[in-house]
Amino acid sequence: MAAVISAAGLARTFQTKRGPVAAVRGIDLTVAEGEILGLLGPNGAGKTTTLRMLTTLLAPTGGTASIAGHDLASDPAGVRRACGYVAQSGGVDGQITVREELVTQGRLYRLTKHQAMARAEELAHALGMDELLDRKAGTLSGGRRRRLDIAMALTHRPRVLFLDEPTTGLDPGSRANLWSLVGRLREERGTTVFLTTHYLDEADALCDRLVVVDRGVVAAEGTPSALKLRHGGSTDASLQDAFLAISAGQTPKDAQHAAP
Amino acid sequence: MLLHDTALIYGRYARQSLRSRFALLFGVLTPLLYLLFFGPLLTGLPLGGRGSSWQVLVPGLLLQLGLFGALFAGFAIIMEKGQGVVERMRVTPVSRLALLLGRVLRDATVFVFQAVLLVLAALVMGLRAPLAGIVIGFAFVALLTLSLASLSYALGMLVRTPQEFGPLINMVSMPSMLLSGLMLPMSLAPRWLDVLSHLVPFRYLVDAVRDAYVGRYASAHMLYGVLVAVGFAAFSVIVGTRVFRTAGA
Repeated sequence: MAAVISAAGLARTFQTKRGPVAAVRGIDLTVAEGEILGLLGPNGAGKTTTLRMLTTLLAPTGGTASIAGHDLASDPAGVRRACGYVAQSGGVDGQITVREELVTQGRLYRLTKHQAMARAEELAHALGMDELLDRKAGTLSGGRRRRLDIAMALTHRPRVLFLDEPTTGLDPGSRANLWSLVGRLREERGTTVFLTTHYLDEADALCDRLVVVDRGVVAAEGTPSALKLRHGGSTDASLQDAFLAISAGQTPKDAQHAAP
Repeated sequence: MLLHDTALIYGRYARQSLRSRFALLFGVLTPLLYLLFFGPLLTGLPLGGRGSSWQVLVPGLLLQLGLFGALFAGFAIIMEKGQGVVERMRVTPVSRLALLLGRVLRDATVFVFQAVLLVLAALVMGLRAPLAGIVIGFAFVALLTLSLASLSYALGMLVRTPQEFGPLINMVSMPSMLLSGLMLPMSLAPRWLDVLSHLVPFRYLVDAVRDAYVGRYASAHMLYGVLVAVGFAAFSVIVGTRVFRTAGA
C-alpha cells in the first residue's frame, strides 16, 4: 500500500530563555493508507509536538514530511484539507449547540451551507448523537463530548485523522465505544488514523502498528506482537514489558515515569 | 475566500455576543457614569475651543469606550486557547487573516452599538452636534476598536495566562487615556505635557472627533486624525495576522 504520511528527519527545537530545547530531534516514519498507527512514548517524548507539526500547527525546524501527497512546507493548505485533527483539549465552545459547531466547522472546511448542514445531521446519526444536535456542547458527558470532538474533525471526510490522546480521562465504556468508532472509520471509509496514547491496552487492541518515541527520536517500531517478541522476549509478553524494555534502553527513570 | 471566511468567523462571534446581552450593555456603564457624574462639572468651565463642554467631553468618552473595551478583547482568546477552539480552527484551511478580521469586525460592531447608546444618552444630557460629525465619530470608534482589538488578540495569543495579560493591558490603557486628553482637552496642558501627548496616537483621534463634533470637517486635526487612525489600523491588523499565522499556541 502507498504511504499516506511520510516524514524524514522531522525536528523541532524551541527557543527558550534557558537556551534551545530540542523537543523532536529527527523522526522518520511512514504510514500506509488505511493504517491505524499508534505513537507511544513517555511524557515529554515529543508525541504532541510531532502531531502538531504534521497538522501544520507548528512549523518544523528541520526535516520534511508529506501528507496525502501534499508537502508540509510548500502546501500547508493541501495538508489541512486532507487532515482532521482532535487535540487533547478537544476544541468546542460549551455555550454553543452541537449543530452550530458542526455546521460552522464544515463551512470552515469550505462546504456550502447546505452541505455543512446535511453533513452535521449525517455525522450525528453515524455517531449516535441525533438527539444531542440541539443541546449545548457544554452539557454533554465526557464520552459524548469526545465523540463530538471527533465528529468535528470528520466534517470534510478527511483521508487522515490525527487523534492526540483520544481516550484520556474517559470511563472504560466510553473508551471501548471510541475504539469501535475508530475501527469503523477505517472499515467504512478507509480513513488512515494516527493517534498518540499512553494506554498500552489501547495500543494493543486498536493499532496495526506502533511507533515508540523517546527523547524526540524513534526508539522502536513494529506491530504490537513484533514489539513484544523483540523487546519482551515472546509474543505472550505484555506490551508493557516491551515498552519498559524499550524505554529502559534509554533511561530507566523515564521508563518508570511512563508506566501507567 | 477571504470574504467567505471572514463572514463565517464574524457570524460565529456575533451570535456569541447576542447570547450575552448583559455584557453588551455593561460595556457602556463606565463612560455613562462619566457622562452623568463628571459631564455636568464641565458645563461652566472655559475649555478653550468652540462649542459646548459636551462637544468636548463626548468625543473623549467615545474613544475611552473603544480604548478600554477593545484592549481587553484578547482575554476571550486566552480562554478559547484553553478550550482548544483556536487550534481547532487553525488546522482548517480557513484564512488566517479571516480568523482575526472576523473577530475584530465583531468587536467594532459591538462598540459602535455601544457608542450609539452613549451618544443617545448624551443628547438627553444636553449634547448638540451635527449629524455628520456624530457619524464621523462612530467611524473613528470603529477604526480604533479594530486596531486595538487586533493588538489585544495578538497579545492574547502570545501570553499563556490571564494573569500575565491583565497587568500588561492596564500598563497601556491608563497612561493612554490620561495622555491623549480624553477627559479634558490637551490644549489646557502645560507645554511639556502637550508635547508628550503628541507621542500617543489616540491624541490625534480625539482631536479629530472633537473637530467633527463642532462641524469642522476640513481641519488639520481631521487630516492627522484620519492618517493616524488608518495607519494604526493597518499596522495593527498586519501584526495581528502575523501572530495568528505563526503562533505556536
